[in-house]
Amino acid sequence: MNGAENRDMPAFPRVSPLGVDGLLVSFGDQLSEAANRAALAFRAALDSESLAGIEETSTSLTSAYLRFDLARTDHAQLRAALAPLLASRDWFQAGLPHGRRLWHVPAAFDMTVAPQFEEAAALAGLTPAAAVEMICAAPLRVQTIGFAPGQPYLGELPKDWDIPRQKGLTPHVPEGALVVAIRQMVLFSVATPTGWRHIGQTALRLFKPDRADPFLLRPGDEVLFQPVSSDALEKIRATAKDGGAVAERVG
Amino acid sequence: MESILLHRAGPGVTVQDTGRPGFLAQGLSRGGAADRLALEEGAALLGQDPGLAAIEIAGSFLSLEVSANTYIALTGAPMRASQDGAELRWHASHLLPAGARLDLTSLAGGYSYVHVGGGLAAEVILGARAVHLASGLGAMLNAGARLPVGPYAGRQSGMILTPLDRFDGGLLRVVATPQTHLFPRSEIERFGCTTFRKDARGNRMGQRLIVDGAGFGLEMGLSILSETIVPGDIQITGDGAPFVLLSECQTTGGYPRIGTVLPCDLPRLVQAKVGADLQFRFVTHEDALAFERAEAVRRAGLRKEIRPMIRDPRDMHDLLSYQLVSGVTSGDDLEREMT
Repeated sequence: MNGAENRDMPAFPRVSPLGVDGLLVSFGDQLSEAANRAALAFRAALDSESLAGIEETSTSLTSAYLRFDLARTDHAQLRAALAPLLASRDWFQAGLPHGRRLWHVPAAFDMTVAPQFEEAAALAGLTPAAAVEMICAAPLRVQTIGFAPGQPYLGELPKDWDIPRQKGLTPHVPEGALVVAIRQMVLFSVATPTGWRHIGQTALRLFKPDRADPFLLRPGDEVLFQPVSSDALEKIRATAKDGGAVAERVG
Repeated sequence: MESILLHRAGPGVTVQDTGRPGFLAQGLSRGGAADRLALEEGAALLGQDPGLAAIEIAGSFLSLEVSANTYIALTGAPMRASQDGAELRWHASHLLPAGARLDLTSLAGGYSYVHVGGGLAAEVILGARAVHLASGLGAMLNAGARLPVGPYAGRQSGMILTPLDRFDGGLLRVVATPQTHLFPRSEIERFGCTTFRKDARGNRMGQRLIVDGAGFGLEMGLSILSETIVPGDIQITGDGAPFVLLSECQTTGGYPRIGTVLPCDLPRLVQAKVGADLQFRFVTHEDALAFERAEAVRRAGLRKEIRPMIRDPRDMHDLLSYQLVSGVTSGDDLEREMT
């Protein structure tokens, strides 16, 4: 098809093949609260429907993904099976997942541990002090978990933070790094290269494979950052459980 | 329990199996052997389950000693292999007597595999033994490591297999992604008739390709929403070069994907030598599914493809260690070959 076939894109929700053995059900190509909730709710419904041939499901920010067993089904059959489920309700009106928690998370924004903070604040048109204040003013929601194990995409930041990714990659940011681009933040669960700017540092460990429940955060959870100095963060890292993060139930 | 003791281990030596499906929603990609086909070939050579764990060697070296008589198979990128100084054939199974030392040295890079009869009984974490370096699940193996070996009921050695030809680059078939339409049609066409070269920069997460001339970058590519990634996705990063995501890739990402390499063609990318020419050709999803199913049938039939190594007995310094009478075949090989 040379990629041309789907050039006239239908409206959302839109079902597209993703790879040889998967389908992507998208609820938007821009992030919105409604599209994010739709994706989370549709994936939950897919899991409870247990359609024949589906091996695994997941979500991204505005889409649900399903991988199928190509010995048992194909794109066309599954697309047909999804149609009645998609039509069964207005997914954009879906509520948030149950069992949500609000996490209070200490974070440092000093240049010693967050070397791109001032650059990012300048791109957002903010003084460093105003930037910290804005990031820590309100809880950010875990819109999805992805990229690396247990790693949240957090949003949505005010419009000032609609800054692009970098052209090049930062070769290494440490575990617990807070990075920013396009009104979103990501908290890294592993040391990694990234195209996002490193603007904060936490002592969180988001993935503990030796635990019965190895993943700290879930989609729908909220995170409120508490600004601390890098010295205070190191003390927290050395002494506190879960990098000083404390959770309360919110829904 | 039988075990293997590593005397020397270069960088990139890990325990791998078919990976850990089921954790995409938590951000953990499946991982597993970089060349999954090599696991199938090893399993065929030893007559065992392809889900068993093996040692993966990413273009370096390894020396090991076995504590008991151990059946092994060598697959993937060929290495110089010797048992106590005597050369061993690649793409073959062998019996290493107790105390024997196996020395492996990379020839031209790529991913090589040592399979053992019974599989490696390494620790199971979240349902698999595969080390997932990008996620900090397990680590590379070092000299001094001792790996337990599982029970093996077979006695299959001295068998060979002609591997699927995948060590010299060539054509990779791709399907469109939900983001292919973001690229201008002329760029998609240019992509399909460009010859790329394999970059030295590559690992279990992904492989960069070199493009001579203009890259394929999109100006808007730095601001698109992060979306689900699958192995084989060809991501165009800021510099315009294609970066093909592999077994240990991230689960979501924000660089636009121009296409997805078919899983059955990924071994050709993974095993191409650095500098090898690679081209992409778009195929429809229907054709891709047919190619993938055909390859699944071929893989399932690999056990019928193995055949005994024919060697000059004068070269067989260890003649007495071979199963000369009670063979490993079902006894009808001759009939099958004649029909």
